[in-house]
Amino acid sequence: MNDNAKQEMMKKKKRRNLLRDSLLLAGGVIAVVIVLLVIPEKSGVFFAESKQVLLELAGVLPAVMILMGLFNVFVSKETVVKFLGSSAGIKSLFLGLALGTLPTGPLYIAFPVAASLRKKGARTASVLLFLFSWSCIKLPQELAELRFMGYEFMLVRLGATIALAVPAALLMEKILGKVEKR
Amino acid sequence: MNVTTIIVNGIAVAAIIAALVKDRKKAAAGIKGGLVSLIFLAPLMLLIVIVIGLIMTFLPPSAITAAVGDEAGIKGILTSTAIGAVIHVPAIIGFPIAASLLSAGASVSAAAAFITSLTMVGIVTLPIEIKELGVRFAVIRNVSALILAVCIALLVGVIL
Repeated sequence: MNDNAKQEMMKKKKRRNLLRDSLLLAGGVIAVVIVLLVIPEKSGVFFAESKQVLLELAGVLPAVMILMGLFNVFVSKETVVKFLGSSAGIKSLFLGLALGTLPTGPLYIAFPVAASLRKKGARTASVLLFLFSWSCIKLPQELAELRFMGYEFMLVRLGATIALAVPAALLMEKILGKVEKR
Repeated sequence: MNVTTIIVNGIAVAAIIAALVKDRKKAAAGIKGGLVSLIFLAPLMLLIVIVIGLIMTFLPPSAITAAVGDEAGIKGILTSTAIGAVIHVPAIIGFPIAASLLSAGASVSAAAAFITSLTMVGIVTLPIEIKELGVRFAVIRNVSALILAVCIALLVGVIL
């Protein structure tokens, strides 16, 4: 499939998701109205809680999305593939981890990138680390974590993730190697 | 206004200026892309706002503490790992969910488990992953991500 056809498909999928989310939202609004009509004394708490979350989200979401858009344009997936595909040794593990933080987009966009990395002969552990860090250490995404969870939680979670993901990826590489030989 | 909000927006403004200096056309495309994604994300975002509002209003904190609080222990971690693995929302929206659960009595480890499995494990996207990377790779990656989520949660719980 060529890139244009893929983009067309993504667009269609996005529109379908938008429609689905809007229908879900409409359902949610109707449910809330019914619930608050039955239990009106709770409506004050509900509106206060929802308003707070809405304001928090509205404060950072536009900034985070624009950052993601910029990363998307300035960090090309081809460069990532080029860098990681040709590296070897311990360096490739950390490169996988570092490069995964740069591109943006949901994890399913990373799968084809990972597939072409494997085809290019990148080490399995670095592809795994690339996917791990793509999913949970993406840079713009971390700004949202900073806002909602605080820097202490963010740093500890990131530290724990990096410390455990590297040995896990090496172990998985061994297991995959054994499974795929059979 | 919250300090982190100011920092986050400051970083975004700095990035926009840097991008404009580097390549005006690309910068415009990036900003536009981000804003379009924002519009596409809006209904889901509003839905999550409502859901969080409902949880905070009607779920008593004692219920949240019992399910995913400190005394729930490993069971609470497993519960939030499972929830994170099954639901399919962008991580940016996962953070406010985790934050409100945390403020309602969930444990830090449960929050870390939820975020990790939400981002790393993809049950909904498994078919795409299998298609691109093969059954073995996809299954082993997701299973290891599940185990990893529990381990990361335990480690975060020990430290914080």
